[in-house]
Amino acid sequence: LGHGSGGRLMAELIDDVIARELGTHGPLEDAALLDGTDLVVSTDGFVVTPRFFPGGDIGSLAVHGTVNDLAMRGARPIALTLAFVVEEGLPIEELRQVTRSAAKAAQDAGVPIVTGDTKVVGRGAADGLYVTTTGIGVRLPRARPSAAAGVVGDVVLLSGPIGAHGTAILSAREDLGFEAEIVSDSRPLHRLVAAMVEAGGRDVHVLRDPTRGGLASALNELAEASRVAVEVVEDDVPVPPAVAAACELLGLDPFHVANEGCLVAFVAPDSAPAVLAAMRARPEGAQARVVGRVLDGPAGRVTARTTIGSTRIVDMLIGEQLPRIC
Amino acid sequence: MARLVERIEVHGTVQGVGFRPHVHRLAAELGIDGDVRNEDGRVVITASGDSADLREFRRLVRERSPAVARVERVEVSALPPSAAPPPGFVVRESRAGTAAGPRSVPPDLATCPACVAELFDPADRRYRYPFVNCTDCGPRATIVDALPYDRVRTSMRGFPLCAACAAEYHDPSDRRFHAEPIACPDCGPVLSWGALTGEDALHAAVTVIADGGLVALKGIGGYQLVCDAADETAVLRLREVKRRPRKAFAVMVPDVDHVHRLSFADETSALSSAAAPIVLLPRRPDAGLAASVAPGLAELGLFLPHSPLHHLLLAALARPLVVTSGNRSGEPIVIADVDALATLGPLVDGVLTHDRPIRSRYDDSVVRGRAVLRRARGLAPEPLPLPTPVRGPVLAVGAQLKHTTALAVGDRVFLGPHTGDLADAATFTAFEETAAALARTQGVAPEYVAHDLHPGYLSTRHARHWPAERRIAVQHHHAHVAATAAEHGVRDRFIGVAYDGLGYGDDGTLWGGEVLLATYRGYRRVGRVGTAPLPGGESAVRHPARMALGYLYGAEDFGTHLDRCSDAPRARVGELLERIGAREAEVVRRMVARGVHSPVASSVGRLFDAVAALLGLCDDATYEGEAAVLLEAAAHGQPDTGPALAWRLHRRDGLWVYDPVPTLRDVATATDPPAVVAARFHAAVAQATRALVEQAADASGLHTVCLGGGVFQNRRLTDAVVRDLDDAGFEVHVGQRVPVNDGGISYGQAAIAAARLEG
Ligand SMILES: [Fe+3]
Ligand SMILES: [Mg+2]
Ligand SMILES: [Zn+2]
Ligand SMILES: [Zn+2]
Repeated sequence: LGHGSGGRLMAELIDDVIARELGTHGPLEDAALLDGTDLVVSTDGFVVTPRFFPGGDIGSLAVHGTVNDLAMRGARPIALTLAFVVEEGLPIEELRQVTRSAAKAAQDAGVPIVTGDTKVVGRGAADGLYVTTTGIGVRLPRARPSAAAGVVGDVVLLSGPIGAHGTAILSAREDLGFEAEIVSDSRPLHRLVAAMVEAGGRDVHVLRDPTRGGLASALNELAEASRVAVEVVEDDVPVPPAVAAACELLGLDPFHVANEGCLVAFVAPDSAPAVLAAMRARPEGAQARVVGRVLDGPAGRVTARTTIGSTRIVDMLIGEQLPRIC
Repeated sequence: MARLVERIEVHGTVQGVGFRPHVHRLAAELGIDGDVRNEDGRVVITASGDSADLREFRRLVRERSPAVARVERVEVSALPPSAAPPPGFVVRESRAGTAAGPRSVPPDLATCPACVAELFDPADRRYRYPFVNCTDCGPRATIVDALPYDRVRTSMRGFPLCAACAAEYHDPSDRRFHAEPIACPDCGPVLSWGALTGEDALHAAVTVIADGGLVALKGIGGYQLVCDAADETAVLRLREVKRRPRKAFAVMVPDVDHVHRLSFADETSALSSAAAPIVLLPRRPDAGLAASVAPGLAELGLFLPHSPLHHLLLAALARPLVVTSGNRSGEPIVIADVDALATLGPLVDGVLTHDRPIRSRYDDSVVRGRAVLRRARGLAPEPLPLPTPVRGPVLAVGAQLKHTTALAVGDRVFLGPHTGDLADAATFTAFEETAAALARTQGVAPEYVAHDLHPGYLSTRHARHWPAERRIAVQHHHAHVAATAAEHGVRDRFIGVAYDGLGYGDDGTLWGGEVLLATYRGYRRVGRVGTAPLPGGESAVRHPARMALGYLYGAEDFGTHLDRCSDAPRARVGELLERIGAREAEVVRRMVARGVHSPVASSVGRLFDAVAALLGLCDDATYEGEAAVLLEAAAHGQPDTGPALAWRLHRRDGLWVYDPVPTLRDVATATDPPAVVAARFHAAVAQATRALVEQAADASGLHTVCLGGGVFQNRRLTDAVVRDLDDAGFEVHVGQRVPVNDGGISYGQAAIAAARLEG
């Protein structure tokens, strides 16, 4: 199984095995709307190494991740559950720290953790600590975002710079000795989404937080689900200089690197300026900008216009990044 | 005497090359009655005469065929006396038949001497007309819409013949009899430059180039960018607008005399052939071109004017010109006039264009020695042989860079022109168009798709849209050596040596220095080169200096680890580390030690990169293969009989492995100057190759060797390997008509797919 980095192999694993056995279909969404209600549910497991990294830890990440998945369906999160799988031998102090961090993240997000579960397994049966969170949210009155709702002409908005989370984790894990410390962008996005929906209502067609597999995978999934093409302008996608330098050295494409604190939105052109202004009015959207357009091209095709004016195909990541140069 | 009646079918490249007039002349000579016509891809003759005359007729049809025709097969069947034609011999209109079977699109042909003479003859009615051509020359594949090849199915459809041209076209004794693209100033295409036309347009372009400007020119297979090759400022500006920092530019010269002034060329037949490719030739040190035309290289890519427009331009300027494809690096060559104006227009001082549309994109072909490095204008899409006839049409979608597409039908493969890097959206579109055009001209719908194993190639992703039972996955290096074998008609099992940059191995790791025991159906890996990590994957490919660190910190360990020879004088390693900087080197070291984004590869191409970096020739590559190109150039002029650097063969996991660490250690420590080390390095790789092949031969009893992969574009290495193996009694083949680089992959895929479909 080489499916760890998200992207194409992961998508195929979910399609071919999980979705097939469960008999579910329809576009892959971050969270599910419960039939006949405005309730939204999402669940997510967290297995990050290292558990503590610049800008967060597995506890805060587990809260932000689920809060954001709810937000991407236009929901206001109202409650979280928190479950631990602990490997025997994990220092109690570490478990305490992670729990404290999760509690603080939930409090900052204004979402209570209402129930939870803890299991301890033998040495070697888990890698230290796994955290699972489930979230319940209520859909905002005028929010109808869906991965499949993008239409030709939509403006593609990005709430902030990309690439920080994945490079921060990697350099912390491997102790690569980069000059500048890179800090994860992990943070809750539900208030940003509320502001966007307030400004744009149903014109906010698509919301997605580009986590594993990065912006490239998110755009590919969205283009596929909405049966449209997407073109972004490479120079308009902000990549912090320290992240860009680390990516160049590591041979990573920033478009493929995971994020935990930004979102991409497809918004009808008429509402895009208002939505963008609303985003910029919030700290987590201060650097929001237009990065591209939804086009009437081959369904699922994502391209980037480059600095030199050519257009490259932005594919999903295939497992680890394998060179294609002969 | 009884007159017999026969139906004669001639297969091969027989359309668009003056074949029917040729048949007509022979019939007239020998008193044969009957007719000749194009049908689908072949020429069909009804001939009546006595048996001796008919035999002679058949012989001459085959043997005295026009220079650019290629007769592959002649089929004869007797017809009943009732089918006897009336006296006389006629050339009939083509018929679009329904017969299945491959058809050939004729390649474009350089302007013939007769047409050049007319072009510069003030008394001729086509004096200085930029679109003069005849049955022996002119555009073909680039203007064809569909077959059979007739004017109505070309982009000349929009130019009705004037009375004078029509008379030539219909006169069997005329050089222009059925020359489909013929034209004259009264009825044909017109040159333009903004609002200027004809001579004024040409004059404007000439003036701009003479004054050191840049011009976009509509060539045969696409737009080209042109400037004075002796004007350093102009050439640097061209590099800037093309985003091409160092890769050599081709130079077009007015005549063969100029070829000799610029290069040491023993023979110029390829240059003056009908294909008129770019030919790489050893440059004279005193060539007097701008320094940035081919920086650091020992060769120049030269070619001669191949269209009347080029002849007029070169005659007016009487000097070498840089003539390069009209595109920015990585994008396909521009063929549409609107695109040229929009994308090239702003980059240049003017666009010299005309109103004959280009239907298919053909970059200039490139030839080095006997090997075709890029098979495009003048060469493609001439069909190539297939060892096993294919059960149903197969579309072979190639690799990723230097991309080509091939279509296998019957016992032939139609290899499309080279389009570039598929990651570029325009190139990807060009790939889809080429695939569609190949199928359309052959009148078939592909039933199977052959593709590379690499899951990340966009060609593979394209193939995934096909149902699984119609997909044939082909290992990259198997395709490389199968391409060479198929081109040379190898039938039995052979030893394949595939040396290239990187390809996806059947074990999920990256390969690039492989010895295979192969048939078209399958292969067994029996040898390889030692592995090294690529710190940062593609980043290591773009930065040969990092690749050198990859070997330094992580070369496969056979007990001679490079990093452990720290007590030896490692002057070149020290210099390398100094250039890279301690900080970056430390990050790379940690990446290798922890296996972070550092896939390992058994690649000869990467070994060349590392050596070039160690010798200070290339730390960062601006184009694919740059480090290897510079390394070969550095060795230029060195005797190839000097002592080789050290190398060793080991046995590991059932494979013979060339361990390059002793070689690299010699590179790092040898006190010889870089040129000598470069030459001795080539010799070491050649010797190690021979040793690997001998082991494979011992194990298998085989003695046919097929070389493939981009590393064999290196002439010094290829010559040495071929000579060594030849001396050892092997029968050695290397790609000639088919590029050894990834441009040949689609052809290899087609050959393998055909064999696998046999069951
Ligand atoms: Fe290759
Ligand atoms: Mg080019
Ligand atoms: Zn001619
Ligand atoms: Zn005319």
